[in-house]
Amino acid sequence: MQFIKTRFKYLFNSTKGLILVAIAMIAMVTAVWGMLSGPMAEMGVREIVIKALGMDIVQAEREGRIIILYHSIAMAVVAIETYMVTGLLKMKAFFKTAVNLLITVGYILTMTFGMGFAYFGHNWAFHGLYITGLSLIFFAGVLLCVALWPWDKDHYTTSTEHARTKSGFDLERAAFFTTAVTTVLSSLFGAVPGSYYGHGFETFLAENIIRLPHKSVMEYSVIGHLHIMLALIGIMITLIIGRWLNFKGILHKIAMPLMILGCIVLNLGVWGVVTPLEPVAHMIIYVGATPSMFAALLLLIWDWGKLIKDGTAHLTKPTFLQKLGAIVHDPLKFGPTWQMLFMNFTTSGIGIFMAIRLDEVFRLWPAREERIELTGHWHALSAIIATIILMYYGDMLGLKGKVRQLYGWSIIFLSDLALGAVTVFEMKRLVISEAEQQPLVNLLMYMIDFGLGFLLVLLAIVMVWRLTDLFKPKGRWTEEATQELAQEVAK
Amino acid sequence: MKHLPIFPSLRGGRSSQRSNLMASLKLIRVIALSMTMVLLTSCSPVDLNAPMPAYETGVDPDAWVEIPEGEFFYGQFNEVEFTPAFEIMVTDVTTTQYADYLNAALEDETLKVDEKSVLGFYPGDPFHGIKHELNIEAGDWEYIPLADPSQRIKFDGSTFSAQKGYEDHPMTSVTWFGAWGYCQFIEAELPTEIQWEKAARGTDGRPFPWGWEIARENANFYSSRDPFEDMSSFGSRTTPIGFYNGNNYDGYQTIDSVSPFGLYDMAGNVWQWIGDVQFQEGFSDRLMRGGSKDTYDMDLRVWVRNSAPPMYFSPGVGFRCAR
Repeated sequence: MQFIKTRFKYLFNSTKGLILVAIAMIAMVTAVWGMLSGPMAEMGVREIVIKALGMDIVQAEREGRIIILYHSIAMAVVAIETYMVTGLLKMKAFFKTAVNLLITVGYILTMTFGMGFAYFGHNWAFHGLYITGLSLIFFAGVLLCVALWPWDKDHYTTSTEHARTKSGFDLERAAFFTTAVTTVLSSLFGAVPGSYYGHGFETFLAENIIRLPHKSVMEYSVIGHLHIMLALIGIMITLIIGRWLNFKGILHKIAMPLMILGCIVLNLGVWGVVTPLEPVAHMIIYVGATPSMFAALLLLIWDWGKLIKDGTAHLTKPTFLQKLGAIVHDPLKFGPTWQMLFMNFTTSGIGIFMAIRLDEVFRLWPAREERIELTGHWHALSAIIATIILMYYGDMLGLKGKVRQLYGWSIIFLSDLALGAVTVFEMKRLVISEAEQQPLVNLLMYMIDFGLGFLLVLLAIVMVWRLTDLFKPKGRWTEEATQELAQEVAK
Repeated sequence: MKHLPIFPSLRGGRSSQRSNLMASLKLIRVIALSMTMVLLTSCSPVDLNAPMPAYETGVDPDAWVEIPEGEFFYGQFNEVEFTPAFEIMVTDVTTTQYADYLNAALEDETLKVDEKSVLGFYPGDPFHGIKHELNIEAGDWEYIPLADPSQRIKFDGSTFSAQKGYEDHPMTSVTWFGAWGYCQFIEAELPTEIQWEKAARGTDGRPFPWGWEIARENANFYSSRDPFEDMSSFGSRTTPIGFYNGNNYDGYQTIDSVSPFGLYDMAGNVWQWIGDVQFQEGFSDRLMRGGSKDTYDMDLRVWVRNSAPPMYFSPGVGFRCAR
């Protein structure tokens, strides 16, 4: 009994344990449900999985199933980010415990019973528990906002290296607070139409109605919700990475107000799609996204500058190659900001290109091609956020030496290979006709499968290692049970 | 912390740095060369006229079927809709049928032919000036491209004919204008969305024309392993009209996948142009239904929409007519 009690305490009462559980849950869902589509479906694996697990797949309910799947994974990611926030930022112990407890119960209920309801017959008690899970996560978000309240004098900062006002008001904390508050509000932006469409399961996927010139308020709301939630998850992970790396100095002082401003304007733009502001909402969104992305760029510049400085401190006049070597020396410190830069190729760049050339190029293609671009770019963004989390997790694990190099570079190489191929796949019609595309499609699919497949294998190895570690009386878990992320912030 | 030799050493001497750098460059060269080889292989030209099997399906492309008036379940969420009685073609229009039409229309001088296209008149769409809306004005529009390598209609300067092997395959690489022109010529129309779905689905709310589930042998869709596809080279190709009729073709056993009203190929093979114009104000695209050889099975569900501007053509898009 003591054996289970101590492990349970580690897994559900320590930041690193909670993150491990959430990553394991996501890994399992991704591994199993990844076999239901794409090449796995082509190879016939889907049918085997459906039969083996006794899934009940109703054709008319595909869109609803997918929405529950997305929410199940997204809630676990939101939970991981929340654990990171509560582990990195100062807050009262009560709040930390309450937020972590609520969000843990929330995402596990959401994932377990949501997926149970969606894929294994419609047990209505499961649906109720799924909604209960989402509600608990919402309440955890509200509590997190209270816990982060930046006007609490206890949370004022005396650091002169970080963004703050003269009175000590911590602008980084304010940025976390702004992101948390807008996330909670924007979740309502999905919850209301969710209830509307959930009644009778008359739901839809945004990419399927994108070309219709007239959309209902509820449809706009759903489209806005999915965009803003992913953007906010992206903003939050950027702030988290900045805190982990101890982003500071003049660039931090410029970046944090930009983060706050960008986050607020971005949200106002998205909420504006259901108001008379709709015709200019996109412009407001662009205005909001620009400072947010510029702030992320400042983090990247600072990070790479620091890596160069630390890595070449022993050299009097480092060459370009030595500076480059210093940047890439530690993949887990270089990787997160590199992935943010890479995101501009897979997501922002594609989005801007499509917006500029929409009528001349993309709207001359069939809607199904546009669907590929739409779903591809946000899947890529989600995957990039996941890789950034995995890199931070690798550092949390204390990976060292060749294992650290292998782990970090594998994540970067495999994910960028796959997501680069996804991006080319999205844009393939620019370079090849439909009739002649198959060999190129095959190559891209090999790259995507190789990249994502081995990334999952890597994740599986880490999970198996962590599982075996739990059986050791003095395993790594015993150290992690008492460690806190705030203590491991870079100096 | 140790690091892999792929990156230049920061702390070693100059010679160590140089050798590490050389090793890195060598590795990068090997990777780049391998990637280039794979890329070149992948970009090797596809033989669009590769030999294909010839099977007689026994389904008559000239057959029409009457769809009775009445209500039916429409769309993914089973709204109840009503249609008067109408007739619809049992199969997609074939390449031979379309070639015959072009020859007749050429004789009538209702079509024009230039080096690249067959052109025909279209009276234009209403235009509302809504964002992204195309202004489709009255005038001559491309019916089919002649220069496109995947075009299965051949023109020798005086006569149109179907490419050998494709005679009883659905007519593809035809624009919406070309489909509209054909149906007008035979005194019919492209089916409306509601007509098309009723003809495909019958009255019981099923997701596929043949029933509630889909197997590879029900229809021609992406990677469905029919005898006409080779995913390692040219990919998926069309199957002859009515191919999925329960016949066995050299060991390939199909399932009879006829719709409740007796139509073939209402799911898969080729997307089918729909007749509705501006079904939403400002929506200048034309709808397509049915999924195709190039899409996954989810797109074969009867309510799934695709759309494209009316001048779009593709080896995966065809049509049938209703009257």
